[in-house]
Amino acid sequence: MTTTTTAAEIRIRATPEERRATAVGVTLIFLAAFVFWVFGLGVESGSVSTFNLSLPGAVFADLVWAVNSQWLAYAVALILAFLGGLVLRRTHIRLTNLALAIGLGLLALAFLTWAASGKTFSLVGMLKSTVVLSVPVILGGLSGLMCERVAVINIAIEGQLLTAAFVGTIVGSVSSIWVGLFAAMATGAVLGGVLAVLTIKFRIDQIIAGVVINIFALGLTSFLARRVLGEVQDLNSPGRFSSFKIPVLGDIPVIGPMFFDHNMFVYVTFILVIFVHFALFYTRWGLRSRSVGEHPRAADTMGINVFRTRYRNVILGGVIAGFGGAFLTLAQVSRFEENLTAGIGFIGLAAMIFGRWMPIGVLGAGLVFGFARALQQKLGILGTPIPSEFLSMTPYIVTIIVVAGVVGRARPPAADGQPYIKD
Amino acid sequence: MTDELEPTMEPEEPPAPEDEATDWYARITGIGSSAGRAMVIPALAVLTALIIGALIIVLTDVDTLPLWKSDPVEALRLSWEGVVTAYKALFVGSVGSKQAVSESLFYATPLILAGLAVAVGFQAGLFNIGANGQAHIGGMFALYVGFSWALPAVIHLPLAIFAAIIGGAIWAGIAGFLKARTGAHEVITTIMLNFIALFLVDYLLKSSVFQQPGRNDPISSAALPSARFPVLIPGLRVNIGFLIAVAAVAVVWWLMYRSTVGFEFRAVGFNPDGGKYAGMNVALIYVAVMAVSGALAGIAGANQILGLEPFRARSNFAGTVGFDAIALALLGRSHPIGVLFAGLLFGALRAGGNGMQGAAGIPIDLVLVLQALIIVMIAAPELVRAIYRIKAPAQESKSTLTTGWGG
Repeated sequence: MTTTTTAAEIRIRATPEERRATAVGVTLIFLAAFVFWVFGLGVESGSVSTFNLSLPGAVFADLVWAVNSQWLAYAVALILAFLGGLVLRRTHIRLTNLALAIGLGLLALAFLTWAASGKTFSLVGMLKSTVVLSVPVILGGLSGLMCERVAVINIAIEGQLLTAAFVGTIVGSVSSIWVGLFAAMATGAVLGGVLAVLTIKFRIDQIIAGVVINIFALGLTSFLARRVLGEVQDLNSPGRFSSFKIPVLGDIPVIGPMFFDHNMFVYVTFILVIFVHFALFYTRWGLRSRSVGEHPRAADTMGINVFRTRYRNVILGGVIAGFGGAFLTLAQVSRFEENLTAGIGFIGLAAMIFGRWMPIGVLGAGLVFGFARALQQKLGILGTPIPSEFLSMTPYIVTIIVVAGVVGRARPPAADGQPYIKD
Repeated sequence: MTDELEPTMEPEEPPAPEDEATDWYARITGIGSSAGRAMVIPALAVLTALIIGALIIVLTDVDTLPLWKSDPVEALRLSWEGVVTAYKALFVGSVGSKQAVSESLFYATPLILAGLAVAVGFQAGLFNIGANGQAHIGGMFALYVGFSWALPAVIHLPLAIFAAIIGGAIWAGIAGFLKARTGAHEVITTIMLNFIALFLVDYLLKSSVFQQPGRNDPISSAALPSARFPVLIPGLRVNIGFLIAVAAVAVVWWLMYRSTVGFEFRAVGFNPDGGKYAGMNVALIYVAVMAVSGALAGIAGANQILGLEPFRARSNFAGTVGFDAIALALLGRSHPIGVLFAGLLFGALRAGGNGMQGAAGIPIDLVLVLQALIIVMIAAPELVRAIYRIKAPAQESKSTLTTGWGG
């Protein structure tokens, strides 16, 4: 038993990229066959899928893309098979992931076409809600990333989002939404600080500290929601940040409504991703943070204050999560309910892993998970036989596949999860 | 964290000699002895949590709060009264009567089982956050056997529990297999499997196999009477599930401390590399540990369907059992007996919390807050020591329960 395991391990280690390329190639060809049979042959011939590409009242109104459902599926199947063949030749191993990404994108298109065959579907509406739904996921992922880059695991994202959403609601109801936003971010900072103190000063197991904060947040917010918000309804009606269209850019078909017609949170989130990416890889702060996450002992030797760096980043991560929490109640629903986050923080954690601890990766993963959530909402309208529960599972299954190394090995910061003890 | 969390390979250090003449506190509380040391931190943690809970009750009393400005004495009296009413209801609801005790044991049952699940993982160095998902899958397995096969109770009940064991073991085994085979961290995979299990249950509840015929909402058929857990005392809710939980405590104790398998579990938890060089199949042990852990969580899930009305599955039927279990395993220091007592305490809190909600109008969610406070103080004994000015023991082994994602 032991020898066979070792032998298998050696075989895997011999050419991991090549093995993966083979797996991806086979998967793509399998998907091609699947698309051909189910989305191609499974549709009545001649039926048309109609996609609305503009929202009512847009400058370029009534843009419509009508496509023969069957032909599109055949075309996609052909491209998938072609991509699969390319990958299987293993001449350009580096492009394996790109081929997989294109393949999965096409698969989504074929799926939508199949679901919308004979019907009209507002594609741009779904893409717009993809962006909106991805915002808390991206912010949660960024929060986790800020912490893990300095080797503190933040499982408490969920609790930070929830508590910040709660405090934001109450303060926003009493005062203005801007004050509510500030209070939510301050709440995130406080919870980040608690996580930092527990893990850095008291050196509690980081995962346990995170779990505790989550339980505490759920318990306290539910308790207060029933005991206080239940009694005083006025505390649970903050206003909402309204959306504003960016001139010119907002009028571009598809791209405009998708990215340039939102509330402040969405714009800030995208700017934040770019900002964090730049800061992490092109500034002194970023270099120091990363060195603390990879090799704190070496960083300490070079005169970097490991503890201060960790405190600062974990608190900043809390602020970002607080901003995400504010988005949930001050932009999306403008009302707090028990366990309002319902696992978004964990999807954020998943996005961070899927995004391989890179801000741009978190953005991409967040959009993919947002797409899955948007799709799940819209499929009910189309009435497809696919149960929405399976779409809800997608982010979690994808994450397992990613951590299992099937889609390439995700490598966390080297010192992730380890407390630092100064000599 | 504590000596109990990891298997001690060497004889324990003798307790540090105390200055008996001056340290009266240590003599009374028995902090000097290892047993006393093991007890005092949890006891103070519970006490502190209750005090903070009282503060929360006072600070959230919307009727009394405005009074603090005009008539602080009256406000103080009312607040005091509120806290006393609440905690009295908590006490009466948990141990105040035969029925209250029955309720406490009833709520303790799934907690003990799921707590054992997490504890087994901890002892082998695996953090199973997925007890929740495993309980859901195990529960659905048990339910399937429970409503679809008509059998005499003597066979039906054990068979349903066996199905729960299989279901939970498979679900946790996935995480164990992934860890063994690919190194995927069990914390991430079990969290993700929790959500997948929840959605799977939601889907099954609407499928023709499970859904109660004639219903449109997600609710399953009821388990047949022969598969339901018989109550121990007529009229009270405590049922055979509690005996199963106690039996599970004994079995886990035997498994972990008296069997070769358990020795290997603990050895791998202590040092996976050491285990490997001693000739143990670490990969297989990871899968086995998760399977055992999941099996226990699965029984907890079965209890949530076969052990309580209406003997059906609904969305998220296991509630927060899987997360309470983490608190329990920590409070019980991952020892089966510790988990048993921690489970009784949390069961009492839950039953009392119901009483508190009914009699004093304090939402039961306060119990979650108390639990979180208890865990944090158990996990960081320095906090408790700082509050009560207790001397730190001379030697305290500090163990990491989990490793980072990379590990």
